[in-house]
Amino acid sequence: MAALLEVENLRTHFATRNGVVRAVDGLSFHVDAGETLAIVGESGCGKSVTSLSIMGLVDQPPARIAGQIRLDGRDLVALPEAEMRHLRGNEIGMIFQEPMTSLNPLLTIGHQIAEPVMLHQGLDRAAAWARALDMLTLVGIPAPERRLRDYPHQLSGGMRQRAMIAMALACNPKILVADEPTTALDVTIQAQIIALMRDLQQRTGSAIILITHDLGVVAEMAARVVVMYAGRKVEEADVATIFADPRHPYTRGLLGAVPRPGTGGACHRLAEIPGSVPSLIKPLVGCAFAGRCDRAADICHRAAPAWRQIAPGHGAACHFAGAA
Amino acid sequence: MTAPLLGVRDLVKHYPVRNGLFGRATETVHAVDGVSFHVDAGETLAIVGESGCGKSTVGKVVLGLAPATAGQVTFGGESYAGLRPADMKRIRRRLQVVFQDPFSSMNPRMRVRDIIAEPLENFAVVDGRDAVTDRVRDLLVRVGLPAEALNRYPHEFSGGQRQRICIARALAPGADLIVCDEAVSALDVSVKAQIVNLLLDLQAEFGLALLFISHDIAVVEHMAHRVAVMYLGRIMEIGDRDALFARPRHPYTQALLSAVPVADPTVRRVRPMLTGDLPSPIDPPGGCRFHTRCPLAFDRCRVDEPVLRPVGPGQQMACHLDQADG
Repeated sequence: MAALLEVENLRTHFATRNGVVRAVDGLSFHVDAGETLAIVGESGCGKSVTSLSIMGLVDQPPARIAGQIRLDGRDLVALPEAEMRHLRGNEIGMIFQEPMTSLNPLLTIGHQIAEPVMLHQGLDRAAAWARALDMLTLVGIPAPERRLRDYPHQLSGGMRQRAMIAMALACNPKILVADEPTTALDVTIQAQIIALMRDLQQRTGSAIILITHDLGVVAEMAARVVVMYAGRKVEEADVATIFADPRHPYTRGLLGAVPRPGTGGACHRLAEIPGSVPSLIKPLVGCAFAGRCDRAADICHRAAPAWRQIAPGHGAACHFAGAA
Repeated sequence: MTAPLLGVRDLVKHYPVRNGLFGRATETVHAVDGVSFHVDAGETLAIVGESGCGKSTVGKVVLGLAPATAGQVTFGGESYAGLRPADMKRIRRRLQVVFQDPFSSMNPRMRVRDIIAEPLENFAVVDGRDAVTDRVRDLLVRVGLPAEALNRYPHEFSGGQRQRICIARALAPGADLIVCDEAVSALDVSVKAQIVNLLLDLQAEFGLALLFISHDIAVVEHMAHRVAVMYLGRIMEIGDRDALFARPRHPYTQALLSAVPVADPTVRRVRPMLTGDLPSPIDPPGGCRFHTRCPLAFDRCRVDEPVLRPVGPGQQMACHLDQADG
């Protein structure tokens, strides 16, 4: 059975004055119906550009997108904008990090949830507003009838993120792209939103692509994990394997750099990854991580590592991935 | 008993909210409402809490960047109240700060040399241009930057490197206490670990005290000797790190700690989920400030504000629960 979403050899490059930025460079992964895939990495690894590419929100030019993004077999890269517009917000839902900048401050919450429902599903105004009310109730906003007529500034950060989720799910999307959905929230609110998203996924059965840098959120939400570095996939596995048996030195470094509760002890140093992310303007020769890797050998600086299968569903792009 | 390096007693900081045609103060933000703690030389006290709990305001008052509405702050036994500017300057030499965003806390048109030299010259720590440059070079190397960084501008550095420059600047005048206001919160995971390690090393080397203000509970557990948990301008619980994390006593501390996602998929936590949002600090709830979200609140919590009381060795909480075994 084909996956719901298949991304194959995606390359999103940006032409800038200083040269071509290879933000995403040959990325492949898939998402099955109803599953949560987390894409993890640090700033500049290309995770957000990946999500924008999937949603067709990258302007071309300056960008150039190559490769394939197939949703139910249709290639979104080749799709004309008019058709893409029909998919976006309908079959693909979106949640962004900062709800205040992704909501229109001049329109009521109800209007913003009802509009795509009218547009995509052909419901009349009354039916769309009824759907909006259902959605606000579903995401646990108190007094939803009143909140429908509120403007975004009248809601707290957590409420706004709930409203964003209501909007994203209003058309029953097959897949939800959530780009750092809880990063801007306080931890107690984050816990509420994570619980809400898990619960809604079980009820609606939509797949989720979770873009995040927070390994704690990954451990709580994801079924599978793709680790990105410098625009490339460096490791992929189910969530238990990524945490228990990471094979790529970068994945190991990331996991080691997270302080774990209970293991603290003053003056106990965290594992650190020396240096910082390489520039994406110069073409990368060899492994992108070689300059920061403590196991790098000659070959790592000369040849880009091929994708190595370690076990079914677990692979890494490292010359030494076989060695535990 | 000698006085602590930093002492804060019954600190209150209110901000007026100006509304209306004539900008009259009609309401008051109760940013900090009666907070007491101390920081000893060489130790790290972390202040944790969610946005709007007043933790950054505490930092500002401690730094002398905002006057206290009421209460007392002492540094090295000297009270801030009625201090002449020259005396405050003497204190500020030993009391430095590292902010969250290293880009907005450096002048983009100054070279790194001049950024770090500024406190050296202001406080006349080193005399002579060459001596200053030498000292800046030493500081850069100490925080893990190449000495050639001297002649470059802030924009040429990554976020982690910029934060190293800010740390070098804080160290320059010979600080005894550095207020770190979300100093590692904006950094990526791997870089965050580098800066956390750097701060731990510098603390060991120079006997620095840190007032570590953060919402990142995992980092706090890693770095702090003692932890204060704030909620709506009050300290709910304060205690030694190990005790507080092993046995959080206040319902808010329990909820806050359990809400932190654990980077381990085999752990499935049962968490006392907090419902609702933080109430507004303009009109904080009467009684215990946490009662509107507390799953264990009872009648007394709505009318009677609890005060900090000891609940174990080195641990205090402000809650009416478990009065008997306190």
